[in-house]
Amino acid sequence: MENNHIIDLKAISKEYDGTKVLDNISFYVRKNEFVTLLGPSGCGKTTTLRIIGGFEQPTEGRVIFEGEDITNLPPYKRQINTVFQKYALFPHMNVFENIAFGLHIKKLPKEEIKKRVKEMLKLVNLEGFEERSIQSLSGGQQQRVAIARALVNEPKVLLLDEPLGALDLKLRKEMQTELKNMQKRLGITFIYVTHDQEEALTMSDTIVVMDKGVIQQIGTPVDIYNEPKNSFVAKFIGESNIIDGIMREDYIVEFAGQVFNCIDKGFDKNEEIEVVIRPEDIVITEPEEGQLTGTITSVTFKGVHYEMISHDGHFDWKIHSTVAKPVGTEVGMRVSPENIHVMKKAMKR
Amino acid sequence: MKMKILSYPYILWLVIFIVAPLFLVLLYAMTIYDGGSLKFTLGNMKRFLDPNYLDVLWISIKLALQTTVITLLLGYPIGMIIARERPSKRNTMILLFVIPMWMNFLLRTYAWLTLLGKNGIINSIVTLLGFEPLNLLYNDGAVLLGMVYNFLPFMVLPIYSVLAKIDKSLIEAAEDLGANRFQIFTKVILPLSVPGIITGITMVFMPAVSTFVISRLLGGGQYMLIGNLIEQQFLWVGDWHFGSAISIIMMIFILIAMAITSKFDVQKEGSSGLW
Repeated sequence: MENNHIIDLKAISKEYDGTKVLDNISFYVRKNEFVTLLGPSGCGKTTTLRIIGGFEQPTEGRVIFEGEDITNLPPYKRQINTVFQKYALFPHMNVFENIAFGLHIKKLPKEEIKKRVKEMLKLVNLEGFEERSIQSLSGGQQQRVAIARALVNEPKVLLLDEPLGALDLKLRKEMQTELKNMQKRLGITFIYVTHDQEEALTMSDTIVVMDKGVIQQIGTPVDIYNEPKNSFVAKFIGESNIIDGIMREDYIVEFAGQVFNCIDKGFDKNEEIEVVIRPEDIVITEPEEGQLTGTITSVTFKGVHYEMISHDGHFDWKIHSTVAKPVGTEVGMRVSPENIHVMKKAMKR
Repeated sequence: MKMKILSYPYILWLVIFIVAPLFLVLLYAMTIYDGGSLKFTLGNMKRFLDPNYLDVLWISIKLALQTTVITLLLGYPIGMIIARERPSKRNTMILLFVIPMWMNFLLRTYAWLTLLGKNGIINSIVTLLGFEPLNLLYNDGAVLLGMVYNFLPFMVLPIYSVLAKIDKSLIEAAEDLGANRFQIFTKVILPLSVPGIITGITMVFMPAVSTFVISRLLGGGQYMLIGNLIEQQFLWVGDWHFGSAISIIMMIFILIAMAITSKFDVQKEGSSGLW
């Protein structure tokens, strides 16, 4: 193979009782990459992961692993391990036995197993927990055991199905960093499923955004945030103002009754498009200095910033700013050209 | 502590129907009616040490153990097959197991008489095919068959319910970690179903060791189990003291058996709470 792809999904479709849950999913994962499948619940991200893991068979399409077709290979023959959503730790075994499970199956010598389990426990910061029962562990500790149990087998690819979903916010942030560090250090390819856009943006090298069984966009976190391909991606990743507009010509777009300079090109003349503007990209000015004017209708304190809604007569603009304007104030709004993102109008969905 | 009041009816029930009778049985077992007054004695218990009686005890325990083992060997796969089905199909299959239990126990056992009898259905077919009629009734096999038939649902149901509750993701996790189907069974499914097996064994062994109806109907009049012995002492011989003593001895044996089985129940959860 001339490329460094470790996994290739080729036109995967999956039907349950006649309903299509995955429609023509194709993407590849490079070696040592951290890929996140991101989407709302029911978008097919977990099904995609389960197909890679071998727990589901695709109705159509092939799964290629290091150049070999593994579509019909059962899970226990794949060099892939999974961290399950609810950890799926064996309740009748202690921490040591859980982690050693895969190694016992491979019939490794006892000393070797002991050594590797110990190393793993160190890696996940659970030294000395060998004899503890699973029930006595907290959610975060169980999570670590589940990760150790998968990693001890030295898989080439680790699948993670919303592994941090059950943890509280602080722990989740800590584990995000830890997971990312582990992935870098061990050089294992991670395929991560989440519905949390922030998590995806923080951890991933590549994000695959899915909705209704279809891939919406594949790209780096920066690409996906800055250049969403359609309004679904724009809405799902971060907050945004989405407004209809017309592309007058290259670099000139009209929306909200005003003409703006932008950095997009390649659309038809006078093509109807949608414009995405992130709330933090709108700058509040004096009314006479703004490209648009509006009246503040609500102000909410969000911690780092205030979220304000400014009504310009037709559209409610969501604005994030560290400076609050009182409700009822007339304000001007400016957006610089590079912050105006022009998207093809979504097909009727 | 207002809630305490709510437990009074139950405690009353417990005293009237469980503690008091048990006490009476114990009292009868430890006494003998001698010339108008009760005398405490261990003689009733000693009487049981007679080889004839010990033989009856041994046969009863052997038969109960055979029944338990056979129902377990049959019941586990059945429970597993049902647990694997889709929920709608599961309920139908469970219903098929439970419906016969709605019918009277005696009636079901009588049904075997007509099936196995000299002029029964099976022998009619056998003679029709030109063979000698078989001796199917009034032997060990017939009693064992009747016991297995009657007690099988008590083994299947607890095993099924434990198996159905096993989280599918545990099986997937084992598969993910490289276990083949046989290893998944021995390392995950079987250990996790131990509480169900324990409950099943308890629910089959206890009634099996004390049954007297099945042995009398299918084993014929001369077939003597410990249950029959107790029945005989109470109803025909009229020796309530000796009957009570045998009952106590049987209870002790059942308790010992339960203690042994509970040793295997490592998890201590989901067990029937009998021990």
